[in-house]
Amino acid sequence: MDTVYLLITGFLSVVLINNLVLTKFLGICPYLGVSGRIDMAFGMGLAVTFVMTLSGTLTWLIDHMVLIPLGLEVTRYVCFILVIASAVQLVEMYLRKFFPPLYDSFGIFLPLITTNCAILGLCLFLNLWGIDSLLEAVVLSVGGGIGFTMAICIMAGIRENLRMVDVPECLQGAPITLITAGILSLAFMGFAGII
Amino acid sequence: MATDSDGQTCVYKNTLLAGLWRENPVLRLLLGMCPTLAVTAAVKPAFTMGMCVVFVLVCSNVMVSLMRNMLKPHLRILMFTLTIATFVTIADLLLKAFQPDMSAALGPYVPLIIVNCIIIARAEACASKNPILLSIVDALSMGAGFTVALCVLAGIREVLGTGKFFDIQVMPKAFVPWAALSMPVGAFLTLGFLLGLVALITKKRS
Repeated sequence: MDTVYLLITGFLSVVLINNLVLTKFLGICPYLGVSGRIDMAFGMGLAVTFVMTLSGTLTWLIDHMVLIPLGLEVTRYVCFILVIASAVQLVEMYLRKFFPPLYDSFGIFLPLITTNCAILGLCLFLNLWGIDSLLEAVVLSVGGGIGFTMAICIMAGIRENLRMVDVPECLQGAPITLITAGILSLAFMGFAGII
Repeated sequence: MATDSDGQTCVYKNTLLAGLWRENPVLRLLLGMCPTLAVTAAVKPAFTMGMCVVFVLVCSNVMVSLMRNMLKPHLRILMFTLTIATFVTIADLLLKAFQPDMSAALGPYVPLIIVNCIIIARAEACASKNPILLSIVDALSMGAGFTVALCVLAGIREVLGTGKFFDIQVMPKAFVPWAALSMPVGAFLTLGFLLGLVALITKKRS
């Protein structure tokens, strides 16, 4: 029972309280870049969730099964980035072969995920938070992805309506998006009390 | 010969100045947003972060420039990333050894320099096409632009958010700190308004 409770609180914490985008500032580039339309934002969110789950789990396994027993922590960053790059490549090949429609809808987003700092960031946070069970690492990775999807979809919804608003000329584009993100992050601070 | 060297000096000068304003990575190209937002609650970590990026940028530009004739097109991004990851590891270890408190404060944002778009962008756009010297100048200029942008942002947030600058009290005792500016909200809002200001200045000038 304790484990289940721990997993649920961990999941909620990484989705709402420690949201990767709004409190840790990870994945800001796609957040600003592809939050123009809800369908694209959702596609990007799904792709990120998928790769994040895969690479979060894999890097945790590699870290605990290979690097720490062998005392090779120094090569951690190089290994992590290699794992992420290959995970993205594998996912791309797999989707192209077995789910062509899904592959077409992801389009350019898939290769771009390699340089999405949310993925590497989550892998590093798993290490930093001292996560010591595989199950917890998986749950937190899925949660991180869902948190990203939620944040980017909310932002896309707001920006679709923002198009009808008279924004001062110098604030159009990235500035108003950042200011909106700020207000959104303020709103998410309200979740801090729920656990 | 004289004109040639004049032209050369001109190229270097242009490259050197580009990063500070015209192609400032943060304020004009919107690259490297994650560290910009994450480490700018105070000036000291922002400056440390800037120096780390300068170090990694110079080293990776030199390496990429050296191997630019051996790169295979489809493997080049992977080679860039691996080069950068190696130098980031070195920077992280140096920081841990000589500035342990800063290393703790910056946390995972030092390793995250690996996926900082500025460095890959410069490797791709400059170092993989140009000789070493020009690549170094380019790296210094871009790094300086990044550091300056970070320090401006951090300066605004630290002075208004805590009433201090570089940990020294600068605002009068009666000043009530705008605590929100030290929180994630402040990062988004300050950068948003700063980008708006830059857009305004650019428009006035042209």
